[in-house]
Amino acid sequence: MLDLTPKTISQRTALRINPCKTCQPVGALYAALGVHKCMPHSHGSQGCVSYHRTFLTRHFKDPAIASSSSFTEGASVFGGGSNLKTAVRNVFDIYNPDIIAVHTTCLSETIGDDLNSYITDMEIPEGKLVVHCNTPSYSGSHINGFFNMMKGFITYLTKSTGSCNGKTAIFPGFVNPGDMREIKRIASLMQVPFTLFPDTSGVMDAPMSGEYEMYPQGGTTLAEIAGLGDCAHTLALGRLTSTEPAELLKKRHAVPFTELPLPIGIEATDEYVMALSRLSKTEVPPELEEERGQLVDILLDSNQYSSQKKVAIFGDPDTVIGLCALCLEMGMIPKYVITGTPKEDFVRLVNELLGRYDVEGSTVKASADLFELHQWIKNEPVDLLLGTSYGKQIAKAEDIPFVRAGFPILDRYVHSYLPMMGYRGAMLFVERIIGALMDRYDRDCADEDLDVIM
Amino acid sequence: MDNRARLLEKYSSRVYKNRKEHVLELEEAPGVPQIAANTRAVPGIMTNRGCCYAGCKGVVVGPLKDVCVITHGPIGCGFYSWGTRRNKAVAQEGGQNFIPYCFSTDMQEPDIVFGGEKKLKQAIVEAMEIFNPKSIMICSTCPIGLIGDDVHAVAAWAESEFNIRCIAFSCEGYKGVSQSAGHHIANNGLMKRVIGTGDKIPKSKYSLNILGEYNIGGDGWEQERVLKRIGYEVVSIFTGDGSVETMQNAHLANLNLVMCHRSINYIAEMMQAKYGISWLKVNFIGVEATIQSLRDIATFFGDEEIKQRTEEVIADELADIFDDMEYYKGKLKGKNAGIFVGGSRTHHYQKLLEDFGMETIIAGYEFAHRDDYEGRKVIPTIKLDADSKNIENMTVEPDPEKFHTFLDEETLARLKDQIPLDQYEGMIQDMQSGHIVVDDYNHFETEMLIKLLKPDIFFSGIKDKYVIQKAGTPSRQMHSYDYKGPYAGFKGAVNFAQDVVMALYTNAWNFVTPPWKTVPMLTGTLSGGDL
Repeated sequence: MLDLTPKTISQRTALRINPCKTCQPVGALYAALGVHKCMPHSHGSQGCVSYHRTFLTRHFKDPAIASSSSFTEGASVFGGGSNLKTAVRNVFDIYNPDIIAVHTTCLSETIGDDLNSYITDMEIPEGKLVVHCNTPSYSGSHINGFFNMMKGFITYLTKSTGSCNGKTAIFPGFVNPGDMREIKRIASLMQVPFTLFPDTSGVMDAPMSGEYEMYPQGGTTLAEIAGLGDCAHTLALGRLTSTEPAELLKKRHAVPFTELPLPIGIEATDEYVMALSRLSKTEVPPELEEERGQLVDILLDSNQYSSQKKVAIFGDPDTVIGLCALCLEMGMIPKYVITGTPKEDFVRLVNELLGRYDVEGSTVKASADLFELHQWIKNEPVDLLLGTSYGKQIAKAEDIPFVRAGFPILDRYVHSYLPMMGYRGAMLFVERIIGALMDRYDRDCADEDLDVIM
Repeated sequence: MDNRARLLEKYSSRVYKNRKEHVLELEEAPGVPQIAANTRAVPGIMTNRGCCYAGCKGVVVGPLKDVCVITHGPIGCGFYSWGTRRNKAVAQEGGQNFIPYCFSTDMQEPDIVFGGEKKLKQAIVEAMEIFNPKSIMICSTCPIGLIGDDVHAVAAWAESEFNIRCIAFSCEGYKGVSQSAGHHIANNGLMKRVIGTGDKIPKSKYSLNILGEYNIGGDGWEQERVLKRIGYEVVSIFTGDGSVETMQNAHLANLNLVMCHRSINYIAEMMQAKYGISWLKVNFIGVEATIQSLRDIATFFGDEEIKQRTEEVIADELADIFDDMEYYKGKLKGKNAGIFVGGSRTHHYQKLLEDFGMETIIAGYEFAHRDDYEGRKVIPTIKLDADSKNIENMTVEPDPEKFHTFLDEETLARLKDQIPLDQYEGMIQDMQSGHIVVDDYNHFETEMLIKLLKPDIFFSGIKDKYVIQKAGTPSRQMHSYDYKGPYAGFKGAVNFAQDVVMALYTNAWNFVTPPWKTVPMLTGTLSGGDL
């Protein structure tokens, strides 16, 4: 496996090998799927959206709908205005969504299609809406696409009526429906009236009923999005994913916001719970406190198996920061911490985190790739690899226990239903990490060392 | 109203006008009806098609194991085509296997503004430094054509700089109307630059290439196993588990077998014109189809020894799977199916379903041309539109040194009446009255077809798999075999049947409706005492 990867590390400035990120539009598509009765629409040639739907479907094992402007060479030369006009008409006609959320591709970006004026000029049926965002694939990553689509919705739809609706806007970050459900459950326990935006729960984890529904029950409603402007406060979960949309909402409607890390691990979940508590002026209920106590109990019980274990973590910036925090809480050493998404803030935030736990000698990098990570591991191995499905090649090549987390996970089931956020999510995730480490011990130990108690 | 009319009635007049030409309900009338194919997808329609890049890199050149294929463009395209098509490959002895890797120039905004040639050159320098490959291929994505990077000049530079083979493909996503354009562009590149450049002469006169076989789930290996058992020398496979190392000698083989007509008929034709090699349309999907193909190949080579050996192997392989086949026939007989996949597979799989007594009532292709439906005889009548004209149509001349025919013209002419030599009759000829054929099928039509025709099982791709399943119909992915396989040849047929039975008889289907939906749960008592 990966037999051609040499141990010797060479400088690369142009060749990306085994990337740890993908392009903006897939993130935009995912964000749009978290809006009720919304059809995501890709403005470009149809191959992009075909790839994006494929990847989302493979990750969630659920249909990911989206239409395309289906550019051919002609549209690439003369502009995609007429394609978009035709597409919007056909989408409303055939699939009847309440709203179409258009994102661009590197094709339409490069020819400079002006989506603003296209949308202003087109005929949109009464009561229907079209919004857009720019998602050039040659900057940022799918994470940028995700928050750019949020910004598109905020720009087009949010309103301030002058009276506060008493709700808190919660931006969940690029996470699974299972996590969104946990974020909502905790907010409900804390008695905070909220709007989660976007919300793919109920959409990308819709139940089996024997009837296919193009627009299942879930998703943030258009009324709720419009109402974001009247919210009392915003909780932006994930500094590198949710801050920009929160800033935009503040700029447009003066909704103050609090930046928080994704609630992965004890400390980050504590921060989320306390922020909710401050907003609702409600005490933390015994139910949550009990969960927290159980998690701490688990960490203490299992500490001997996780303590000082070296872990390599890769994936999306906020997810990786969260996983890094949880691993530190488990007494592990995050040896290599990378994201493919470019932004140096990532390095600063991870280093701050490592600093608080006095961990030294780790390598932290943004805009990195998995080839590089693999080379580091070849030079100094780790005990555990944590990341997306693309880690399995490295795990196999170097014979390292591997736990999947993040996007995309193409080769496992159920993951998108289960949270890794909140105290309960952390329990589930710690079980997987400890399980992987202990399975490895059992596999490798001598027969006389195999104990039924551990 | 017939099913076709019901399918189309919801469309607006404009969309109806376009789509009606792509949907057929077959009638008893003699002859094969005409279908519209290889035309633009309607914007806004959720088509299952991909793009030119997907056809070139994803399908044809990506599976070449000894090539460092660099995607020139922003990161997405390279990322999505990384290890996602199950083109199994094992490195040749002492050779390199690049299949698990993804190479991209990951273009950033300044590269788009100032041009990406410099970055591409540097990427090649870095690839040479780390991997020292013998071959590099460059696949272009949408922005490359727009900003005008001369990838061919960069390839030429790399060849002289490093003394390697470097081939660039202008397969920008917007070209053509589907993946099909990319197949054509890839075929042209391989024909120009790879095929015919080697000199390793096959040891056996029974030498052949398998064209249009991508070794999904190990299909190609299963075919190779049976062919080798009979005594054929497989010179090269295009391109599953394929390599430049073997493909460069392809012109020295005596026969080309064509599996996927759509993705590779260009090469078959060009090799015939340039090197004199006949091609035979084969189908190794399905037991009967495999037997027929093996007999056709033996008929081509003609001598009694190979014919006899073919029958021996067939008998032996059949005996091996007999019990399994009988078992699965009992489970599957009488079921009907819908199949929608790529360019040739739908036709191939109908044959496999027939082996088990299943009927394909709905069939279609994502990116086929009219000849894949109606047969090659319609090729001269196909009018080229602007989108097709943009794809280079290569004409080749006989190579004065390398042209060789295995059979004389008289024998060839006689054989053409017996076996599908240089010909393909298309999918529709194997279908029956009442069957529905849809070209460039889409999400809406998939939903409607399932409602209207209620097939027992639907074979398709990942994008619609869960739509179909959520509607209560078992679904299997025919692009990836739901990550199993092989499905080709004798043993593959059993694997396939096992998976279909599994899909149809999954216990969980019994739990879709909760008991409280069918049994009244509220019980009351009459006032005034017990009943």
